[in-house]
Amino acid sequence: MIKQHPEPWLWLLFSAGGVLSAMLMPMLLLLFGVAFPFGWVAAPSHAQMVAVLGNPLTRVVLFALFMLSLFHWAHRFRHTLYDGLQIKHLNEVIAVLTYGVAVVGTGVAAYILWQIP
Amino acid sequence: MSDSHVYTPYHPRWLRRRVSTYWWLQKWSYFRFILREGSCLFVGWFVLYMLLLVNAVGKGPDSYARILEWSAEPWVLGLNVVSFLFVAFHAVTFFEAVPQALVVHIGRTRVPGRLVMAAHYMAWALASVLIAWLIVGA
Repeated sequence: MIKQHPEPWLWLLFSAGGVLSAMLMPMLLLLFGVAFPFGWVAAPSHAQMVAVLGNPLTRVVLFALFMLSLFHWAHRFRHTLYDGLQIKHLNEVIAVLTYGVAVVGTGVAAYILWQIP
Repeated sequence: MSDSHVYTPYHPRWLRRRVSTYWWLQKWSYFRFILREGSCLFVGWFVLYMLLLVNAVGKGPDSYARILEWSAEPWVLGLNVVSFLFVAFHAVTFFEAVPQALVVHIGRTRVPGRLVMAAHYMAWALASVLIAWLIVGA
């Protein structure tokens, strides 16, 4: 029996999240984080937001974006803490905290996306 | 847990140069590395922000209006401007690394890394246009 390491799978989630967030986040953030609040562009009406979010495809894409981006964050943040701050003795604690947040966040994301009428 | 990281235990008789905790402040390339890795914090923040937004849309027009107001608060707006810069930096650095991580073959010929990277940039542009059209243009 070969011992399975979780690392390749975590790396896969990390890179998938990296690509998906790179593709989708800059424009989403530019609109909802910068352009609408500054008033450069009028924010969409509630009805239009419900129409866009009501589409099952939108929800599937958003769920994938949220889940993978959370694992991307967890993996990268964990390794940055190891390398940047040299706190390797806290190895297990940090892993449990970061991936734990990603798992819980994924559950919360599923619940919130499910709630849209 | 992960035992793929096996660190050598402390061994007083070996010569090991101590590395400063702030080693990444010593050189621009090191600092850029930390900025790149740090971009994940802003990716995480944006997931949280989007979840709050989607949740508000689900609760009705009033809470949606409230979250739009909240997004114009100076500290939220400031954080999002910084986040946008970091997320864009994340995108560029991630696509830069694509040729190292992804080898594409068509038949038996290897597709040049630059082409693979260009394809990713094209996809990024298309995705951005599609998002803008869905939210603002439609």
